[in-house]
Amino acid sequence: MNQQNNVISKGIDWSIVWIWFLLSCIGILAIFAATYKEGTPVVQTFLGFKTDYSRQFYFFIAAAVIALVLVLIDSKFFTATANLWYVFGILLLLAVFAIGISVNGTKSIIRFGSFQFQPAEFCKITVALALAKYLSRVETDFSTVRAQLIATGIALLPAMFSIMQSETGLALVYFSFFIVMYREGLPSTVLITGFSLAALVVATLLVEKNLLAMILTGIAVLILYAMRKQLKRNRSILRIVVLVWLLCVGMIRFGVPFAFQHILQEHQVERIFSTIGRDIPEEYKSNEVKKELKRSKKDPDYNVKQSKIAIGSGGLLGKGLLKGTQTRFDFVPEQRTDFIFCTIGEGFGFVGSLTLLAIYLLLLFRIVAIAERQRSVFSRCYAYAVGAVFFFHIVINVAMTVGLAPVIGIPLPFISYGGTSLLTNTILLFIMVRLDADRQMVLR
Amino acid sequence: MPVFNQSRSRIIRLIFLAVFLVIVAQLFNLQVISKKYKQLAKNQAVLQKIVYPSRGIIYDRKGRPILNNIKMFDLMVTPSEVKNIDTSILCKLLAIDTADFNKRLSDLSFKNTRFRPSVFEPLLTSDKLAAIEDNLWRFSNGFFLQERPVRQYPYNAAAHILGYIAEVNQREIDQSDGFYRMGDYIGKSGLESNYEKVLMGERGVQFLLRDNFNRVQGSYENGIFDTAAVAGRGLRTYIDIELQQLAEKLLTNKVGAIVALEPKTGGILAMASGPNFNPNNLTGSEFSKNYSKLVLDVSGPLLNRAIKGQYPGGSTYKPLGALIGLDEGVITPQSGIACSGAYYGCRRPVGCTEKWPGHAANLRLAIAHSCNSFFCNTFRLTLDNPRYKNVRSGLTRWDEYMNAFGYGHRLGVDIPSEDGGNIPDTADYDKEYRGQWNSCTMVTIGIGQDKLLVTPLQIANGISIVANKGYYYTPHFVKSIDEETAADTVLLSKYRKKHEVLTHISDSVYNIVINGMHDVTLVGTAARLPKIPGIDICAKTGTAENKRVIDGRVVQLKDHSLFVCFAPKEDPKIAIGIIVENGGFGATWAGPMAYLMVEKYLTDSLRQDRKLEVERIAAANLMPSYLPRLQYKTDSTRAFEWYKMTKDSSYIKKYITHQPLKSPAGDKRQSGDPQNRQGNMASLDEKRKARKGVFDDTI
Repeated sequence: MNQQNNVISKGIDWSIVWIWFLLSCIGILAIFAATYKEGTPVVQTFLGFKTDYSRQFYFFIAAAVIALVLVLIDSKFFTATANLWYVFGILLLLAVFAIGISVNGTKSIIRFGSFQFQPAEFCKITVALALAKYLSRVETDFSTVRAQLIATGIALLPAMFSIMQSETGLALVYFSFFIVMYREGLPSTVLITGFSLAALVVATLLVEKNLLAMILTGIAVLILYAMRKQLKRNRSILRIVVLVWLLCVGMIRFGVPFAFQHILQEHQVERIFSTIGRDIPEEYKSNEVKKELKRSKKDPDYNVKQSKIAIGSGGLLGKGLLKGTQTRFDFVPEQRTDFIFCTIGEGFGFVGSLTLLAIYLLLLFRIVAIAERQRSVFSRCYAYAVGAVFFFHIVINVAMTVGLAPVIGIPLPFISYGGTSLLTNTILLFIMVRLDADRQMVLR
Repeated sequence: MPVFNQSRSRIIRLIFLAVFLVIVAQLFNLQVISKKYKQLAKNQAVLQKIVYPSRGIIYDRKGRPILNNIKMFDLMVTPSEVKNIDTSILCKLLAIDTADFNKRLSDLSFKNTRFRPSVFEPLLTSDKLAAIEDNLWRFSNGFFLQERPVRQYPYNAAAHILGYIAEVNQREIDQSDGFYRMGDYIGKSGLESNYEKVLMGERGVQFLLRDNFNRVQGSYENGIFDTAAVAGRGLRTYIDIELQQLAEKLLTNKVGAIVALEPKTGGILAMASGPNFNPNNLTGSEFSKNYSKLVLDVSGPLLNRAIKGQYPGGSTYKPLGALIGLDEGVITPQSGIACSGAYYGCRRPVGCTEKWPGHAANLRLAIAHSCNSFFCNTFRLTLDNPRYKNVRSGLTRWDEYMNAFGYGHRLGVDIPSEDGGNIPDTADYDKEYRGQWNSCTMVTIGIGQDKLLVTPLQIANGISIVANKGYYYTPHFVKSIDEETAADTVLLSKYRKKHEVLTHISDSVYNIVINGMHDVTLVGTAARLPKIPGIDICAKTGTAENKRVIDGRVVQLKDHSLFVCFAPKEDPKIAIGIIVENGGFGATWAGPMAYLMVEKYLTDSLRQDRKLEVERIAAANLMPSYLPRLQYKTDSTRAFEWYKMTKDSSYIKKYITHQPLKSPAGDKRQSGDPQNRQGNMASLDEKRKARKGVFDDTI
């Protein structure tokens, strides 16, 4: 490689670029398959900016230009301005409350002329930068609780605003930054506790409350019995067990019902229950919903059912491009955005789905590998943040279309239709590519 | 320090991999293992469009179609496509107002979604259709005409035989295991119902791709799975449609039935029931209006009295009684009885219409003059036959004969809901008389009364057994089915089977009875009827007592007029059974009708004076006098029930202000019913109490 002639491409990880290119092309193809109307001229509509696939094509060109610009920027620019960006992102989120417009019951979008812009999406970048910046500071000792709390605060502050804007799905993505913190030394117990709490919430929905409380009491008694010898020496164990038990029962009794009645939206409650295959208990239904259900026999499960039918009908090899009856004829709602995976599942079958997932896994593993080869903590943290965000997006989106997760409206990176999503994800990725190009440098 | 956490990168990769594997497992389950989703997708995206075959035609014996299919049109609407149309003109054409128009649209959108075509106005009348066709371009956005085959009856006859078709109800859909779907038409009665499988043909299926709003997007796999509709096959019947028309005309304004059979085949030439209705009333757009009118009519125009009317057999039983007596050896052709106007063999005398001596000097004369004494005696002799140990065995033996004649059970005609009549057996009398009975108890069976009940079809069939000298074929309409299949042959086999029930009786014995029946028309009870040149008719008149419960009392009404005959005597080609309610003597109304039928069928025309006779009979109104009052009572009671249910006094208004039909002065039979005399429904409960009081007094 000639350093003089090839200044821009020096150190660029081309495998990432190729994967990015491949995924974006699959995305345009999938959107084309989902929305192309029989009989219209392909080339014309592709260039016309009228159809969704045409728009996505132009978004892709714009993203490519931005990627090029990002690669040209000095790496130090990102470390230097990380905190500034973060503040800017928060300000944008706050601005939504003032000048945002309402779409589908959520108020999370700002409009500039004919372009819509979702700050919560953009904030993923700023949080990734700020978190990397904070963790890479010389004076940060991440083993202290204080530092861990501050890092959590940085990650979850936009999530809080997102929830206030009724974008619970996007808020969930910010929890992916715990993976970064875990890599940087967050105690495993925190993650395990988190998982346990999640398991407890699911158990609360599945098992009758009193029975669950009795089971928990039984477990607590068993633990105390098993540890009766240590108990004699150390009285604080008893206190901890009792405290944990109280916390759990409190969760079941008050925490979960409170969250379902006051924090989550009606449709989210519906979706969570439909994912675990249960009817919504009476206490979680508002009077409005009860009336609604009585009036129309609406199926809250419709999206997932249709999505499963579309994917399931694809079979091993799929029906072929433009041959999918379910996705072609609009049985699956939102199929060009959140349910784009159906188009691939139906058109290209298990083999096609598996191939796409393999490409994604390759991307994630490549990102982890890139992260691990960084000399600077900033770059490593940032790369992990990118990997974690992608991981969350992919897993939740695909799991939702195959009926493993509740319907949360988050897009599939690089594939789903949408300019904001494509640009955000491209920027996220190419900042990492830029930082990686300077992996020999120590950035602070 | 970060460096110590490098191992965690492996854990993170492991988490990534594990979560992906879970998703892949679910994908494998959905796409490779489970077959359910492929089926679901097909059900959802592939629309099976049913192509309806044209229904089979029913022909008469001369190949004339008794019914046809005509094309009618429904005005269909797809609410989502209704845009920029001239609503006012459409409303004017359909004679509805704009509010009604909007209501219909929203109702249809609610019922059948905005994107699916629904019937806006079914089965347009011809003038409405013409007007709409001319103006269709004005509202072609959303509206279109859809063809719908409808039955049409060019002869306006044979409604009871043919039955009618209508949309399937939920019960029929359930019974068919989902074969029929909502909106399908099915034969509801008559031949349409009995031969449904033959007439309906085979539905074709077109597989079409559709989207989530059920909009058709094109054919599926270029139509390789499509099947064509197979038209329903025709039925060739024995019916002579002109004879049928004549029979129906004769029954105008009469309650009763006429059945004409071809004795040698059991084929039914005509079967009419009065009161009647025009089959064209139960097709097309007026169906529900006309149907409810027919259902609510207390005279029962929907009832096919030829197979469902149960009447005392009257004297038409006598030829059978004579045959049984002769075969059992209790009488001989020379047996006679000295009758002076009544039978005194039992405690209560049985009257006879003839008084002059010698009218029952032998069997032949007894039949000709229909001597009640003779046949009461013969019946008692049959029951008390010394050959059997007691009267019980005698009655059982008599039952066997009657069953052989096709009485007392359903004959199995090929239209549904036939009734079986009644032939009493020992159990019936044991029940009523606690075992204490003898041949005198039921002596009037000998003259066709008592518990003997017959349907018009049975008397016609019974007399064809006599004409055939012992055998019969189950009466039926359908001679053959076009392009007969093996299944059809099985279906028709029971009508092609000869029942040799009484062929052990010798022809000479039959001839004695047949000669007696011939004498009926020469010197006997039907001698007054003008002869048909060149045709010897063998007949038997009948007059049956007619008792009816009216307003809670048994009232003796005018006798039923019965008549059975077959002709020609030597080679019977037609056998007829007729019952005219309230017709008086057999020879008064039923007899002339039978003669006209015979002449029409055998000579294929009617002489000029006979045509006048047809008009005379058709003009006679023999509708029972109790009907208007019964109608009023039924209607007002129903109105009151509606009023009680809905609290809507408009139902009973008519009956409060209406002057009720007064009972004829001095007519005692209605005196026990003050409720209807006043007709004020509002204080019905009070009236009920009053009525109860009256009953208490009178008892």
